[in-house]
Amino acid sequence: MHSSTLLILLLGLMALAYHFGRKRAISSAGGIARINTLHSLPAYYGLYAALWAGIPAMLLMALWSGFQNEILIAILKSELPPSLMDGLSTGQVGLMVNDIENLASGAIVSGSVTPEMQAVADRYAQLQRFADWAMWLAVLAIAVGGMGYAWSRTQPRMRARNRVENIFMVILVVFSSIAILTTLGIVLSVLFESLRFFQSISPLEFFFGTLWSPQTALRADQVGASGAFGAVPLFTGTLMVSAIAMLVAVPIGLMSAIYLSEYAPRRVRSLAKPTLEILAGVPTVVYGFFAALSVAPLIRELGMSMGFSVASESALAAGLVMGIMIIPFVSSLSEDVINAVPQAMRDGSYALGATQSETIWRVIIPAALPGIVGGILLAVSRAIGETMIVVMAAGLAANLTANPLDSVTTVTVQIVTLLTGDQEFDSPKTMAAFALGLTLFAVTLTLNVIALHIVRKYREQYE
Amino acid sequence: MNKPSSAGAPPRRAIDIVNASLKRRYARERRFRLIGLTAVVMGLLFVALLFADIIGKGHTAFQQTYIQLPLTFDAGLIDPKGTRDPETLRSANYNALIRAALRDVYPDVTERRDIRALGSMFSVGAPSQLRDRILANPDLIGTTQEVWLLADDDIDMLIKGYIDRDLPESERRVKDRTVEWVERLEAEGRIEKRFNTIFFTHGTSREPELAGIAGALMGTFYTLVLTLLLSFPIGVGAAVYLEEFAPRNRWTDLIEVNINNLAAVPSVIFGLLGLAVFIGLFGVPRSTPLVASLVLSLMTLPIMIIASRAALKSVPPSIREAALGVGASPLQTQFHHVLPLAMPGMLTGAIIGMAHALGETAPLLMIGMIAFIVDIPSGFTDAATVLPVQIFLWADSPERAFVERTSAAIMVLLAFLILMNLAAVLLRRRFERRW
Repeated sequence: MHSSTLLILLLGLMALAYHFGRKRAISSAGGIARINTLHSLPAYYGLYAALWAGIPAMLLMALWSGFQNEILIAILKSELPPSLMDGLSTGQVGLMVNDIENLASGAIVSGSVTPEMQAVADRYAQLQRFADWAMWLAVLAIAVGGMGYAWSRTQPRMRARNRVENIFMVILVVFSSIAILTTLGIVLSVLFESLRFFQSISPLEFFFGTLWSPQTALRADQVGASGAFGAVPLFTGTLMVSAIAMLVAVPIGLMSAIYLSEYAPRRVRSLAKPTLEILAGVPTVVYGFFAALSVAPLIRELGMSMGFSVASESALAAGLVMGIMIIPFVSSLSEDVINAVPQAMRDGSYALGATQSETIWRVIIPAALPGIVGGILLAVSRAIGETMIVVMAAGLAANLTANPLDSVTTVTVQIVTLLTGDQEFDSPKTMAAFALGLTLFAVTLTLNVIALHIVRKYREQYE
Repeated sequence: MNKPSSAGAPPRRAIDIVNASLKRRYARERRFRLIGLTAVVMGLLFVALLFADIIGKGHTAFQQTYIQLPLTFDAGLIDPKGTRDPETLRSANYNALIRAALRDVYPDVTERRDIRALGSMFSVGAPSQLRDRILANPDLIGTTQEVWLLADDDIDMLIKGYIDRDLPESERRVKDRTVEWVERLEAEGRIEKRFNTIFFTHGTSREPELAGIAGALMGTFYTLVLTLLLSFPIGVGAAVYLEEFAPRNRWTDLIEVNINNLAAVPSVIFGLLGLAVFIGLFGVPRSTPLVASLVLSLMTLPIMIIASRAALKSVPPSIREAALGVGASPLQTQFHHVLPLAMPGMLTGAIIGMAHALGETAPLLMIGMIAFIVDIPSGFTDAATVLPVQIFLWADSPERAFVERTSAAIMVLLAFLILMNLAAVLLRRRFERRW
């Protein structure tokens, strides 16, 4: 009795409703010959019936499966025998309820199983079965009821098409607001957890502290129990890795964009451009592997042979590889803006006797500059938010250093490491990750808004 | 006319100044062109290096070393009562069979330590290999067969040449004794490299020779299917509304700015959203394709919407006017006429969005996809992992043999990505219409 079976059954019912609705419409008009007395095409009456059968039932199903468990747990807690509850804190009760749930579903239980617990678990399983059955019945009843309602409403004069189209319009509006809801969800979830984090650690310490060691203790009296949450080393680490990446990506990306759009023969261009764009399609985890296992050892050996001490997870390796990843991003964005510079400006410059490179330097680049800057800002925001390369190739040690051969850590690395362990959901450690996420979101959002604004404003100039 | 120069020096005409500087200017032009060419070549070089590195590291993983052993399926060890009961056959001590066979082949090896070293030449999966064989064909009991057994990953690495036999023993993972045995086996033709089927049929494992990508591939499959089912209709619907119906007002402007910004939000942030909202608030089970696809749908949605809108824009207004002119309702115009014409473009966008989702790793780390899951998932709510996360996990493993397996998994991932992008290009070529 899986809920997906119910979903498939509902879809089947909808198909049935469509069929009957259509038939009913035709017969109510008095046969296929008199179909022109119908307000809408018969298919719309079918759709009308199908929507009535499907939508209320699906809404009910979503609500029911969302709340079923919580209601059941509430019933369970109110029914727990006092002998089980004796002398337990709320946390322990939660653990026990968890155990009972596991016991009922036949999974492994953490504690020992007493007969009382077994009884409660059996009761829980029974409740669950009952609730499942009730859901099936209720959902199917609503579906059939909706079908019946549509059946009774189907007359030649009903404006089925308008009704169906109105429903579709509502669905389209809902779909298009999902983007807004996503942003809202991001902002609210990140903000909410960050606020809780800033209640225990002051924002001043977070944004200006220079010591980052988020180990919190299991017990309050443990040595070194208070973690330090000064995020400055993370910010500088992020900045250093991104700066190295931009030092690689901007010259190579920009120069290849110029070469490909101004100099390269058509054949070269049509081959080199898609090949370069492969770099943009390679997943970041592949770059991470490349950085950690190929580039980092290479840099380490090279540095050693020249007498530098190089950390095995150096900022340089991560930054270099990230730069490679961003090359096509910079080059395709700059190529777009370079191509958008009107040919007349080039011709004017050539007519004055300028060479091609002089035209590029004195005319095209100044004209395309805002667009290029916008593109670079977008690339910077990409570099700051990039995760996998740094997780795999940069370190975890929060060093406050300006040496690119040292290992540094970044905001994204810390977000991932803080959240991938088995953590309590409301320990300062996890909430710190959300605070870092908020910072990251704010910074990248600002960069994006500025960059998109510049790019758009610039485009308008020549169109 | 110019004033004649009084000093009698030849007049300096503009053309002379230009001519004098030409050589320098042309040199600069050539230099600049060369720098541009270097940049392009460097970019191409990076592509070549990346692929060469991955393929160079990974191509050997498609083969796996097997060792042949004359092995007696001793009835006394497997099925002492002779009942052929599958339960007995399943729980028999197959390790003892291998040990007995080794005793016969190497009668001179008597020291405990050496016997253990001999045994560890075989994978810990070798006994279950024997078990499967017996279960499939119980008639083998009592006979002596030449069987090919899975070699341990260290032996595999030695055969493939990743462990240098000339290094001093103390710096080598495989001891001199073992190298001697392996060389004897090689000379007798008892070592063979075969196509590595385990890599494609097994879930992950702590033992490199038993680890495969089947679990991750199935997880990826379920995740992508659900992502497509969620994000494609929503993306198309949103695009149709925004492009065709939405009034130009503050609200739609806001949606528009929003979509553009969402496309550039770092992917980790979506992981935070998934953790806080889907797992924390709605209680969607962790580590499942379901929660992964919810997060990935939200991530690919902006790509879908932007691509779909571009496709809708490319349909000429005359189509809409003609449909409206013969009495179609606005929605009929869209669904019967505009959407079918825009569909190739939308599908191209969908494929590109899916390729994006296929390679995404960071947000999935936070919603529990990094759990160690051996079983191959068989549904949307089974605990699973996906291919990029599997790559991340393997890349972290210390065993040398995992390096080649990681690279091989990357090759599989890249192959899928290339296929998808090719499909997108072909689709565009085949169906693109210019009006």
